[in-house]
Amino acid sequence: MRRSALNTRDRELDRFRFRLAVAAVAVVLSFSTLIGRFVYLQIFQHEYFTTRAEDNRISLVPIVPNRGVIVDRSGTVLARNYSAFTLEITPSKVPDLDATIDALGQLIEVLPKDRKRFRKLLEESKTFESLPIRTRLSDQEVAKFAANRFRFPGVEVRARLFRQYPLGEVASHALGYIGRINKRDLEVIDDNGQLANYKGTDHIGKTGLEQKYEFQLHGEAGYEQVEIDAGGRAVRSLARTAPVTGNNLTLTLDVKLQQITEKAFGDRRGALVAIEPSTGGILALVSTPTYDPNLFVDGIRTDDWDLLNNSPDKPLVNRALNGAYPPGSTFKPLMALAALELGKRTASQTISDPGFFNFGGHHFRDDKKGGHGTVDMYKSIVHSCDTYYYMLANDMGIDNIARFMGSLGLGSRTGIDIEGESEGVLPSQEWKKRRFKRPEQQKWYAGETISIGIGQGYNAYTPIQLAQAMATIANDGVMYRPHLVRYITDSKTGAKTYIEPQPLRTLPWKPQNIEIIKKAMIGVNKEGTGARAFAGAAYESAGKTGTAQVFSLKGADYKAGKLKQELRDHALFIAFAPADKPKIALVVLVENGGFGAQSAAPIARMVFDYYLLGKLPKGPAQEDEAAEEEEGE
Amino acid sequence: MLQQYLRRFWVRLVVHIDGPLLLITGALMLAGLATIYSATYDANNRALSQLLNMFVGVCVMWCVAQLPPQKLMRYAVPLYVLGVILLVLVFFFGIKINGARRWLPLGFTRVQPSEILKIAMPLMLAWYFHKYEAALKFRHFAVAGLLLIVPFGLIAKQPDLGTAILVGAAGFYVIFFAGLPWKVIVGMIAAGAGAAPFVWTMLHDYQRKRILTLIDPTTDPLGSGYHIIQSTIAIGSGGTTGKGWLGGTQTHLEFIPERHTDFIFAVFSEEHGLLGNSILVALYTLLIVRGMMIAANASTLFARVLAGSITLSFFTYAFVNMGMVSGILPVVGVPLPFMSYGGTALVTLFLALGILMSIQTHRMLVKQ
Repeated sequence: MRRSALNTRDRELDRFRFRLAVAAVAVVLSFSTLIGRFVYLQIFQHEYFTTRAEDNRISLVPIVPNRGVIVDRSGTVLARNYSAFTLEITPSKVPDLDATIDALGQLIEVLPKDRKRFRKLLEESKTFESLPIRTRLSDQEVAKFAANRFRFPGVEVRARLFRQYPLGEVASHALGYIGRINKRDLEVIDDNGQLANYKGTDHIGKTGLEQKYEFQLHGEAGYEQVEIDAGGRAVRSLARTAPVTGNNLTLTLDVKLQQITEKAFGDRRGALVAIEPSTGGILALVSTPTYDPNLFVDGIRTDDWDLLNNSPDKPLVNRALNGAYPPGSTFKPLMALAALELGKRTASQTISDPGFFNFGGHHFRDDKKGGHGTVDMYKSIVHSCDTYYYMLANDMGIDNIARFMGSLGLGSRTGIDIEGESEGVLPSQEWKKRRFKRPEQQKWYAGETISIGIGQGYNAYTPIQLAQAMATIANDGVMYRPHLVRYITDSKTGAKTYIEPQPLRTLPWKPQNIEIIKKAMIGVNKEGTGARAFAGAAYESAGKTGTAQVFSLKGADYKAGKLKQELRDHALFIAFAPADKPKIALVVLVENGGFGAQSAAPIARMVFDYYLLGKLPKGPAQEDEAAEEEEGE
Repeated sequence: MLQQYLRRFWVRLVVHIDGPLLLITGALMLAGLATIYSATYDANNRALSQLLNMFVGVCVMWCVAQLPPQKLMRYAVPLYVLGVILLVLVFFFGIKINGARRWLPLGFTRVQPSEILKIAMPLMLAWYFHKYEAALKFRHFAVAGLLLIVPFGLIAKQPDLGTAILVGAAGFYVIFFAGLPWKVIVGMIAAGAGAAPFVWTMLHDYQRKRILTLIDPTTDPLGSGYHIIQSTIAIGSGGTTGKGWLGGTQTHLEFIPERHTDFIFAVFSEEHGLLGNSILVALYTLLIVRGMMIAANASTLFARVLAGSITLSFFTYAFVNMGMVSGILPVVGVPLPFMSYGGTALVTLFLALGILMSIQTHRMLVKQ
């Protein structure tokens, strides 16, 4: 019994020890696996993981380059940068945004408008981006925050460069503005292969030159190698590659002229484009009313935006490039030139004007009751005889007109160095087919050609197109692409790259034909519709007034005074000076300004007086009420 | 006179202490302290407070080592019953922290009853098998299985999978050493393998995703995969000899989460490399060898299976922790024994160590 118990005990012990040995084998196998894993990680994969650890440890922090500066032709600064402190919040690091902003508000002034702007930015951005709650902190405010910094995790003071347009509203439509990068901008950056270069950048040109020359102005980002911890905080700097400042733009624009022109418009809506005919360089690009681009830089406030966006005067629209207007009588010198070139008229050929043109039983009225009598080409331009051009248009036919005007650049984008230019409308049989859907609408009726002759009907051109056409005539048929940038200065080498001084094309016009037109346009300013505006000028100029109908009068007499202001006609004036050696060609458009001679021509006079004589105007150009009587359009 | 007194005192002090075990764990604790210092000195140094934990732990160990195994056996049933009752209370009244109901509020403090089971479970099962030693039948194994499964289920339900596995393993080792038939072991493995596909189809999508992330952490680099990716980077970049004490960039730039607790091995490995790892594994191996020797020479079945289970538990802790930190096992909350920071876990470990010492030293007394 005792023996068997002992046996059982021994057997039990043997079994236990055997199992212990089994466990020992399992332990050895498991630990061997572990050692194998360590050997794999620490010997074979060592290099890979070292790289991974370095990647973890070292972060390339982009250094945003200084944006290039924009100056006018004489070096006046139009867009520059300044450094200022901003108070920024990274929303993802702040548990309760409102409480944090409230607490900040007790330390540093945070106005309701700042909160509003921050909210707007928050909607547009990702939460791990650092967003400004206050900009332009004073030194005192910076010190105040620094002392309390520990209370605000996720809030930082940063020195940032800001874009500034020192002249405010002046030339804003040409300059454009920068704003925070949004999704669409990112796509553009990506398409240009610039994503890496824009890593640290949060602003981009949104319109105007700032947009068009974005990749010139931006510069090359620098990089700093910093050691970072897991929270992304920089611990120390290891190496640094300096950024390269963006290239500077020097414009053809004369900002003094621009200012004077903008002032000349007063509170009237309109556009003016002045071009140097021998280069295509734009001297002034005006669209009124204008706006302050500085409002957009830090993210525009909602009320400012509403004010600009909802204003019936539409200050954000660049009328010079995006407004398409019927050219009215300014079309006549172009028609006359076409007639000469196509052999449809000679200068001396006359017509007899009874005060209307009868086509298929319909009377096309001349503005002068009873007509101008016997009219040759000179008189038709100087006194703006409609009947002459009704007949001429009828004789030429729509496609001839379209072909000639097309060669002058009307109805197609000029290619000015600003994005978003409109095409306008150059009417032709082909255009009508494209434009309309129903077959009966697609047909061109000969009657429709008649009013085309005096710049009405389907005609609609942008001021920049008309200015280009005017400059081309002033320059005897040598056509340039209008441009705002004269040259780009490379920030590294200082090398200047000039923008396209080569002509776009030379139109094969006979010199004597051009001479006839110029002479007639000189006549306009001497004895015709522009004579009052240019009375006593110390230089000889050439011009043509025009009035673009806003709506059809259907046979009734036009009395400007009786019409509501927004229904009044648009006033136009095209001109160049000096007549013999043109230095400046321009188009003036005053929306609802009535007759061209009345409101547009006086502005042109001011611009010429300043540009050619250096004469400064005393105030906005006055409307010439008396001009109304003389105007015959 | 005084000398004699001092000598008697010394003998009284060390008579129930196992030298090799103390030496090995001492070395592990030193390594642990140095690593905790490295992991926390630039923010919130925990080395000193871990030293205090160790002091308390050693005291507990000393006290337990004085108790002969027969006395220990008496605590088995009450401790187990208390543990299970507390677990049930946790199930109903526990406080939820981070989505898991593990703590029981006691007014002035709160306790984690699952910690008690780490000791109570092997103690209870060892007592049970000891009681029926003479005639162990299959039903005894079945009852033991039941005693195991109830607390295991309650802990897993909290959910605290890490502790549940450790408690379950400790219990299973006792059953294994008590002589669970091989047929049953093989059958269980086969059944488990066979059931796996069915379990897989029964899981929710998010549960499957979690398992897949455990297998390939790169599928969720910022979520649960982050820990493993960063710790493998730390280990791998440590290379052969490591970046040197206090020199681990992954550690000091705070890429390693839980770096003084569950992931302390990543810190150690980054700073001491393969060489350090090998020494560490060697130390654990020595600990296990010594524990197995104690088990093999134990005089009663209770002592044997208990010592065997405790020893293999040490192994399980070490292997699961190093395995998860180095990315071959899923992440479960298991500390590295004698290295990780944390008072409760350390005291439990020293309690187990005290039991081992008691078994070893009282065996000799019995023989005498």
